Amino acid sequence: MEPRFEDGRWNTMAINFIYPEYEVIRNYDRCIFCKVCERQCANEVHKYIEEIKENGQINKRFETDDSKCVNCQRCVAFCPTRALKIVKSDNTYKESTNWDSKTMNELYKQANSGGVLLSSMGNPLEYPVYFDKILLNASQVTNPSIDPLREPMETKVFLGAKPSTIERNENGKIIPNLQPHLKLSIPVMFAAMSYGSVSYNVHESLARAAEELGIYYNTGEGGLHEDLYRYGKNTIVQVASGRFGVHKDYLECGAAIEIKMGQGAKPGIGGHLPGAKIVGDVSRTRMIPEGSDAISPAPHHDIYSIEDLRQLVYSLKEATNYKKPVIVKVAAVHNITAIASGIARSGADIIAIDGFRGGTGAAPTRIRDHVGIPIELALASVDQRLRDEGIRNNVGLVVSGSIRSSADVVKAVALGADAVYIGTAALMALGCHLCRNCHTGKCNWGIATQRPELAKRLNPEVGYKRLVNLLTAWEHEIKEMMGGMGINSIESLKGNRLMLRGIGLNNKELEILGIKYAGE
Amino acid sequence: MIEGQVRIPSGCAISGIFNKSGQRMSGENIIKSMTVMHDRSNGLGGGFAAYGIYPEYKDFYAFHIFYDSNSSKKECEEFLERHFEIINLSKMPTRKIKEITDEPLIWRYFVTPLPNKLSTSQLDEREYVVRCVFRVNKNINGAFIFSSGKNMGVFKAVGFPEDVGRFYRLEDYEGYCFTAHGRYPTNTPGWWGGAHPFALLDYSVVHNGEISSYDANRRAIEMYGYKCTLQTDTEVITYIIDYLHRKIGLTLKEIASVIAAPFWQTIAQMEPDKKDIHEYLRNVFSAQLITGPFSILVGFDGGLMALNDRLKLRSMVVGEKGDMVYIASEEAAIRIVERDLDNVWSPRGGEPVIVKLNENGIANDGTSL
Amino acid sequence: MKVDALNMGYRELNTMIKTACDDVIIENCCGQRYIGAGLEEKNIIINGTPGNALGAYLNGAVIKVNGNVQDAVGDTMNDGKIIVDGDAGDALGYAMRGGKIFVRGNAGYRTGIHMKEYMDKKPIIVVGGKVGSFLGEYLAGGLIIVLGLNSEEMPVGNFVGTGMHNGAIIIRYKEELKGLSPQVSAEIANESDIEEIKPILTEYADNFDMNIEELLSDRFYILKANTKNPFKQLYTAN
Repeated sequence: MEPRFEDGRWNTMAINFIYPEYEVIRNYDRCIFCKVCERQCANEVHKYIEEIKENGQINKRFETDDSKCVNCQRCVAFCPTRALKIVKSDNTYKESTNWDSKTMNELYKQANSGGVLLSSMGNPLEYPVYFDKILLNASQVTNPSIDPLREPMETKVFLGAKPSTIERNENGKIIPNLQPHLKLSIPVMFAAMSYGSVSYNVHESLARAAEELGIYYNTGEGGLHEDLYRYGKNTIVQVASGRFGVHKDYLECGAAIEIKMGQGAKPGIGGHLPGAKIVGDVSRTRMIPEGSDAISPAPHHDIYSIEDLRQLVYSLKEATNYKKPVIVKVAAVHNITAIASGIARSGADIIAIDGFRGGTGAAPTRIRDHVGIPIELALASVDQRLRDEGIRNNVGLVVSGSIRSSADVVKAVALGADAVYIGTAALMALGCHLCRNCHTGKCNWGIATQRPELAKRLNPEVGYKRLVNLLTAWEHEIKEMMGGMGINSIESLKGNRLMLRGIGLNNKELEILGIKYAGE
Repeated sequence: MIEGQVRIPSGCAISGIFNKSGQRMSGENIIKSMTVMHDRSNGLGGGFAAYGIYPEYKDFYAFHIFYDSNSSKKECEEFLERHFEIINLSKMPTRKIKEITDEPLIWRYFVTPLPNKLSTSQLDEREYVVRCVFRVNKNINGAFIFSSGKNMGVFKAVGFPEDVGRFYRLEDYEGYCFTAHGRYPTNTPGWWGGAHPFALLDYSVVHNGEISSYDANRRAIEMYGYKCTLQTDTEVITYIIDYLHRKIGLTLKEIASVIAAPFWQTIAQMEPDKKDIHEYLRNVFSAQLITGPFSILVGFDGGLMALNDRLKLRSMVVGEKGDMVYIASEEAAIRIVERDLDNVWSPRGGEPVIVKLNENGIANDGTSL
Repeated sequence: MKVDALNMGYRELNTMIKTACDDVIIENCCGQRYIGAGLEEKNIIINGTPGNALGAYLNGAVIKVNGNVQDAVGDTMNDGKIIVDGDAGDALGYAMRGGKIFVRGNAGYRTGIHMKEYMDKKPIIVVGGKVGSFLGEYLAGGLIIVLGLNSEEMPVGNFVGTGMHNGAIIIRYKEELKGLSPQVSAEIANESDIEEIKPILTEYADNFDMNIEELLSDRFYILKANTKNPFKQLYTAN
């Protein structure tokens, strides 16, 4: 039973008690009792109490249940007088490096409930962030830098397989013999987030932004809402193990088809959207009855070996008459190079690798935090391995798993990626404050929820513009960084490891990343 | 620290002289043209490529080889004997001058693949030769084949180009085409192999500039069996041209559209079928795009191609008089050899200038070039 | 004084020029660099092909070249005049702040970059033929005129005037000008504009024994900076 603070007291046994992580601090000098905070909080943290005293005086106050506060910052942002702030509670256990408070509380929760710990969003633990240990080059003296405001700076990217020979017609002219591929105006796309785990308005915002920017968004495994078919040419439709909403029109509608084999936040395990979220349009889009659980099994039960993957890839190509490129998305795990090599030979056109920092609507905490490897290392070793085998041109390479800024994008391309997917960053542009409680379905920002009164808080008109803003700013920054390196077409940055140097990395890390140390 | 262990960016001077009638001329003039551009080099590298210089041996591959020691020579010659018939071998004729020091052993061999070996390899003759050259350069310590074409040769060293020319007695050679290079490296290359031109079969490249796409180009070209042991721009450019021309079968103009590809906004304004081909080339050969300043002269059997990067960050001037074509980093380098020219102009960025022998010269296949 | 520059190095040649008491005529010039660097008060005539950086930091002297010139002519020139009876190479008049450069034929890429004017010092470049791309980038003052006399094609390349924030570029062309940068606004020059440039064009024509009366009635474009802030990049404080 969830501990509750009712009538001024906790209704739980002391042994179950865990002090709330956050406290809501209200500055009564500023508070004007407009009650926006009470209205905005879906977790019911704030309760306005009005008491009339015996002498007729009205006493206004708020009762605050800190235990329900998830620190989503909604009330803080909405308070017109900035009367609210959320602070980390300073109730402390005795300090210990190995038994820190988080570890202790997680144990208590399990002893209380017998349950598997469930978390949302990406791995927050203190593992190295390799992007922050890589430095970029700039051209000087021996080679000029280029001013992107003055000269063309090209960020156009083609994703797909490249032919290994050319063909000519009888007049000697080259015949374009390209496989189907994707064209991006910048090397960034929106990552897969299923309709069901996020609201319809999120999908509409992503679709419209993708269209305006000349890139793509990914439906995720929840199918494609019929109202969004009109953005088909900027849509990547996903085929996951549950095959929700997968039918011929769905496959034909998109610009590409992505087979989801795994995701960085939960490698090796499947997904589970509880029946309570399968309502209305979510149920219709996924083509399963309302109230029934949506279970995505861990493996595709028709793919138990690499040759089975090839079979699925070609079955999709046959069903769509070889007109769509097929992407295979995998999580970054220990033998990612061998997996990538297999995928590159399976007929897939693009490989998408999701690193261990990737986000999720819900995943078991231990899997999210302890399984998988960083995307930087996975990318560097996959790119090198594919080149060693001479097959790098068989596939495009897309990476994801905490791409947070344009600098991360530039470093990813220099390590060898053709493009990146952004998930968390896109949601943040839409208002997400990383409270990491998506699994409750009570997202106050209208993102990870299906509740109509919450979902309507995200206005796609505003949302899509913010996404366009974000990537427009990134595009300018990418061009500035490229220009500084003396590069004016992004294909010359791809795999150009000499543009990178490491700092605070040991020899092994440098070796795997394939870069030198700063100063070398 | 020798070149190849560390990457040495450099600036330079280039020059080329081509006689379209195929009539051979002495190496005197190319040396003269380089002397005028003395200040573009710093004396740490110079070299020449010459075409049509071995008419008596024109059907054989002329290997020019550097050796650090007699034992490297022995090992290399054993390898050569196992794979080639050696028609003639000799020490490279040189002149002792004080400006050129620390020279390695330099030998020249005229060879042809052993027929048996060639047929069992199932390779075509040129691929066979390339693979043997790579094997020597990669595996035999202290031996480096720096020229491997038919009826042409590269002559290079650490020194000013004029001095290098005198050292190799370039004035004694007669060819229909000469290219030259003077180097300004930012580190001290101790080893002669790193000087320019870089050559493979009959492709030779002299290059002025420093490309920013080097590592992207290198990592891509190494997928096809090439090994960039010198870490120089010229090496990777030569391999790219060999790959696109010999292995893929692109024409020189198509190659220019790959390595100095027009900007997307320029392509957008082209006629539809030209637009499609340019988009195709940029897509398929995106890893062979070269960004950064460059100005190259590519020599090959029967012709010469000059090309600037598409922003024209380096200078290049072309001068013509009758059958003679002169190309250089500075106009003065042309005028010193040929005072009055019929025509002199600067090619635009990204537009190749291709000169070939006339019909009465050595045969050339118009379409394949 | 006459100097035969055949086989003479540039140090020796330039010293002779600097120490000469009167005007200098150079014969057989071929590739010698930095001729006239920082030179004041002298008349130099060059027969041949001078090397790079001719007249760099020129400070009042007059240099006439009978032939083509190479790159970086008139770099950071302050005063004086350079007359080229031939073509010019790349980077002509870079950061020029005064004086005049007249070229009869064509000029190369990056002509007239970051020229600037101050008080009564106003640099002027006139090119009779055509120029390559990147004309007048970052123009901060002064005047560039391109006449395109030797051909019917557009006499300028791509990326004209990117980053231009002052000064003016005048282009003679009878069709529509294409490919201009967004920082530049182009208008067809009116009568008073033409009246203003008539003196300099007359001086130019006299230098080359040309008659320009006819072409004064042709169409000229006048290009000016679109705004005082050429770069419109949205910054957000961090």
